[in-house]
Amino acid sequence: MKEYQTITEISGPLVFVETDEPVGYDEIVEIETTDGEIRRGQVLDSASDHVAIQTFEGTGGIDRDSSVRFLGETMKMPVTEDLLGRVLDGSGNPIDGGPDIVPDERRDIVGEAINPYSREYPEEFIQTGVSAIDGMNTLVRGQKLPIFSGSGLPHNDLALQIARQATVPEEEDGGDDDGSEFAVIFGAMGITAEEANEFMDDFERTGALERSVVFMNLADDPAVERTVTPRLALTTAEYLAFDKGYHVLVILTDMTNYCEALREIGAAREEVPGRRGYPGYMYTDLAQLYERAGRIKGEEGSVTQIPILTMPSDDITHPIPDLTGYITEGQILIDRDLNSQGVEPPVNVLPSLSRLMDDGIGEGLTRGDHGGVSDQIYAAYAEGEDLRDLVNIVGREALSERDNKYLDFADRFEEEFVQQGYDTNRDIEETLSIGWDLLSMLPREELNRVDEENIEEYYTDDEAETVEA
Amino acid sequence: MSQATESDVREDGVIESVSGPVVTAKDLGARMNDVVYVGHEGLMGEVIEIEGNLTTIQVYEETSGVSPGEPVESTGAPLSVDLGPGMLDSIYDGVQRPLDVLEEKMGSAFLDRGVDSPGIDLEKTWEFEPEVSEGDEVESGDIVGIVPETASIDHKVMVPPDYEGGEVVSVESGNFTVEETVVELDNGEEIQMRQEWPVREARPTVDKQTPTEPLTSGQRILDGLFPLAKGGTAAIPGPFGSGKTVAQQSLAKFADADIVVYIGCGERGNEMTEVIDDFPELPDPQTGNDLMARTCLIANTSNMPVAARESCVYTGITIAEFYRDMGYDVALMADSTSRWAEAMREISSRLEEMPGEEGYPAYLAARLSEFYERAGYFENINGTEGSVSVIGAVSPPGGDFSEPVTQNTLRIVKTFWALDADLAERRHFPAINWDESYSLYRDQLDPWFTDNVADDWPEQRQWAIDVLDEEGELQEIVQLVGKDALPEDQQLTLEVARFLKEAWLQQNALHDVDRYCPPEKTYEILGAIKTFNDEAFDALDAGVPVDEITDIDSLPRLNRIGTTPDDEAEEFVAELEDDITEELRSLY
Repeated sequence: MKEYQTITEISGPLVFVETDEPVGYDEIVEIETTDGEIRRGQVLDSASDHVAIQTFEGTGGIDRDSSVRFLGETMKMPVTEDLLGRVLDGSGNPIDGGPDIVPDERRDIVGEAINPYSREYPEEFIQTGVSAIDGMNTLVRGQKLPIFSGSGLPHNDLALQIARQATVPEEEDGGDDDGSEFAVIFGAMGITAEEANEFMDDFERTGALERSVVFMNLADDPAVERTVTPRLALTTAEYLAFDKGYHVLVILTDMTNYCEALREIGAAREEVPGRRGYPGYMYTDLAQLYERAGRIKGEEGSVTQIPILTMPSDDITHPIPDLTGYITEGQILIDRDLNSQGVEPPVNVLPSLSRLMDDGIGEGLTRGDHGGVSDQIYAAYAEGEDLRDLVNIVGREALSERDNKYLDFADRFEEEFVQQGYDTNRDIEETLSIGWDLLSMLPREELNRVDEENIEEYYTDDEAETVEA
Repeated sequence: MSQATESDVREDGVIESVSGPVVTAKDLGARMNDVVYVGHEGLMGEVIEIEGNLTTIQVYEETSGVSPGEPVESTGAPLSVDLGPGMLDSIYDGVQRPLDVLEEKMGSAFLDRGVDSPGIDLEKTWEFEPEVSEGDEVESGDIVGIVPETASIDHKVMVPPDYEGGEVVSVESGNFTVEETVVELDNGEEIQMRQEWPVREARPTVDKQTPTEPLTSGQRILDGLFPLAKGGTAAIPGPFGSGKTVAQQSLAKFADADIVVYIGCGERGNEMTEVIDDFPELPDPQTGNDLMARTCLIANTSNMPVAARESCVYTGITIAEFYRDMGYDVALMADSTSRWAEAMREISSRLEEMPGEEGYPAYLAARLSEFYERAGYFENINGTEGSVSVIGAVSPPGGDFSEPVTQNTLRIVKTFWALDADLAERRHFPAINWDESYSLYRDQLDPWFTDNVADDWPEQRQWAIDVLDEEGELQEIVQLVGKDALPEDQQLTLEVARFLKEAWLQQNALHDVDRYCPPEKTYEILGAIKTFNDEAFDALDAGVPVDEITDIDSLPRLNRIGTTPDDEAEEFVAELEDDITEELRSLY
C-alpha cells in the first residue's frame, strides 16, 4: 500500500494530497500524524494527480509531514447478528467494553437503491400504543415517519415510548413469541451525553438493549463523523432485515445535526450553497438515507424508520424539515403549546400525517370504523381549533350551542385522547373507543364521515339526545 | 444504434477526475450529449461539457470506487430511447432500463450498477398486420402496419421520421421480433417495429393547433372549475402533505387519455410501488381493461442516481410523443418537476457554473419552457392528429410559491392547480384552492361542454364561482364577529357554499364510486345544489328563518350524491331535488 507525504493544503475538515497513482472516489483513507495518531477520512474528489479528503475526526494535529494511506476500498460496515446488544461509536467501533466484533460480512455503507419494482407495499399496522399515532397517524411496517420537534421538547420520550411499545398484532397462529417484536437500531448524531444516558438507561431498564444496536456520535464527537453514523446504522438495519429476517425499527436522532455536518463540509469545499447555506444536494443526500426504509417482495424482514429532527425556531419551512417532509411518508409534529399544557405526548395531530395510513387500517387490519373515526375526529378537532380563535375575540357566550360543543370536543380530545403519559400502552381497541366517547359528544347528524352502520354500533346517544332538533 | 447519428471519428479516453456524479475524461473523442460508458464497470453517462482536451460527463449511476485512469468509451450517439411495442405495461428507470429486467439480471432487489438492458424486449415476437401493400408510396412518419400491443391499444408501426420514404417493395405479415424488417422500400430503407430517438430532441410534427377538447379527469373541481385541454399544460404546486401525488395518481387513473406516461421523478419508492400494485387492479374508465394496458411508468426514485433523474422527464416525453405520432391522446404526469430542477442544480453546481436564483442554473427557465413546449395538440407528419398533455407537479420549498421553479413554470403553463396546506389539514381533498387556481382553457373548452354535457354549463359554473367568492369575503367577517351576527341571506349563502365545498369540490379518492366522477354527474351535483339555493332563497323571501331552511330532512342527501353509483345518480338527484323543493315549499 502506497504511502504519501504530499499534503498540499489543509482546510477545515478537508485535506488535499498530491498523488501519482489513481485513487478511487469515496475510498477510505488513513492519515497518520507525526505523533503517530491515526485519523480516518474519505475521498471526496479524485483527480489524476491530487485528491481531496474529508476527515472524520477533524484535522487538528495534521501537518504537511503527516503520511496518507489509501486503503483501496470504500467505507464498509462489519455486519453480524451478534451486533444486537452492542454499543458502538459513531464510526462503528465497540465502546461497551465487549468482545471484538467478528463480522459475517463487510458491507458497503452507501447502500444501493431498492428497485421500486422489487418493493413490497407497506401495509402492516404497527401498534405503538400511542393514541395520537395509532388512531390518527398510523405507522406501518416499512414506513419512514419522522418526528418533527423543537429544542426543549420531549421528542426523545416519545421515541423511547415507541421503541418500547411497538408491536405488530399478529393473527392468532401461535409461532414464536418475539415474532412481532422489533429489533431497534439507534443512531445518535451529535446528541448530548445526558440525552445519550437517558436513552441508554431506558434501554437497559426495559431490557430493550439485547435486541438493539446503538451507534453513538455525541455532541463533542467529530461533526464530520455524523455523516457516516446513519449510514452505518442503516447498513446494519438492512442486513438484519433482509438477510436475517428481523423487523427493524431505526431511530435516528438528531437529523438536524446531520444536516449541519453536511453544510460544514459543503462550506469547506467552497461549494455553491443552496437555501440557508445548506448544500444543493441535501435533498438527494437525505433521500439516500430515508429511502433505505421499506419492505422487499419475498423477504421476511422490514426496515421502519423514525428519524427525529429539531426544527430551528420551530420553523417547519426550514430546509431540514422541509426536505425531510418531501421524502418521508408523513410526519409527527410535537407541539410546544400542548407541551406547556402538560399533554404527554404533546403531538399535534392537525399538521401531522401518515401517508401510508389508509392502506394499513380498516377491516382485517385494525377495525372497520378506523378510517371514518379518524377523519371525523380530524374534522371536528380542526373546527374546534378554529373556534378557539373566535372565542378569544367574542367570548364563548356569543357562540351557538353547536359551536360550543366543538370547543368542548377540542378540549376533551387533547385531555383524553392525546394525553396518555409516556408509560401508558393503549391498544387500538382502546384508542378507538376513546375516539367514540368523544364523538358521542357531537350530535349524531354531524357525523358525516363515518358509515351509518358504525354509528349504529358505536355511537352512544345519551349526551346528544338533548340537542336533537 | 440509430442510423443517422453514428459518428465516424471516435476515440476512447481515460478518466481524469471523479466528483460524485460528475466525471471528467481526457482525450475522449465524443460530441456534446453523446452517451459514454465510464470505467471498468461501464457505467452509463452523458457528455455535458467539452473544454479543450477535457470532456465532462454526468454519470447515471453511483460512482463510488471509480478512479482516474480507468477507460471511458463513447457510443458516438446521444441518449436515445427504444421506441416500439412493449413500452406499455412497462416500468422503466430514468434511462429507460426496464426495472423488472434489471431485477432479474442483477438477481437482487437492490439496484446494482453497470447493468444495461434495452428498453423493449428484443426477443419477443409481435403479430404484425400490414396496412400497406407492395407498390404503395410511403413517406416518413406514415403508418405501415398495426401490432396489437395491449388489450386497449393498437400499436402503429411507422416509417421513422428520419427516413426519406419511397415505394414499398416488400411487406411481411405475421409474427416478428422488433428488430426484424417488416417493410422494405425501393431506396433500400428497411422498416422495423423498433425505432430509436434522441430524448432531448422533439419528434417532428406538421403543425401545433389550438386545443378545443378537454382532458376530462373525473375530478369535479378540475372538470368543473379548472379544466385542462387535450394538449394542454398544467402545474400542481403544493407543500408536502397537500396531496400532489394523490392528485397526480387520480389523473393517471381517470383522465380520458388513450395513453398515460407517468414519471415518478425523484419521489418516494413506496409511491411507485403503490402505482405498480394498484394500476393492474383498476379498470380503465374508458375501456374497462386494466389500467396498465395504457400506461407506461418511469420510476426514478429520490435515492436513485441524480443524473438519471435529470434525464427521466425527457425519456418520458419522448415516449409520449411517439404514441402521439400514432394519433393518440397522451397524458404525461411528471411528479415532481422540482426534483428534476434540483437535479439540474446539483449537476450545475458540480460543474461550478455561475448560479442564477437560489443556486439554480441560469438556464432553468429555458429548460422548463423547452420541456412544456413539447406538449400540444398536433397535426402529425403522417396526417393523424394527436396530443400530449403535460401535468407537472411542483414541490416548492416551504410551500412558498415565489421560488424559481414554481414561478418559471407558471410563466409557461396555462392551468394552475394550487394545492393548499390549510385545506389538506382540514382533510378537504383534493386540497385545490379555488381562489388561487386558474385555467386559461376555460373559454376555449366551453363549446365542448355545452355541446356534450349541458347548455348552461358555463352559467352554472359561473354561479358556483360567484358563491365561493362571496363566501370567501363573508368568512373574513365571520372570523371577527361570528356567524350569527350576519344577516339571514348571507348566512344562507354560507350554507350553500358549505354544500358546494362538501358535496361538490371535495372528492374521496379512496371511495370506489366517488373517486371518478363523469362530467355529467359533476353537472348534476352542481345542479342539485343550485336547486336548493334557488328554493331556499325563495323560502327566505317568504319569511322562513334560515335555521328552518337548513334543517330540512332531505338536505344531508346532497352529500351522498358523490358516492351514488353513476348510473343511479340522475334518478337520485331528480328525486332529491323534488324532495328539497317540496320540503322547502311546505315551510311557507
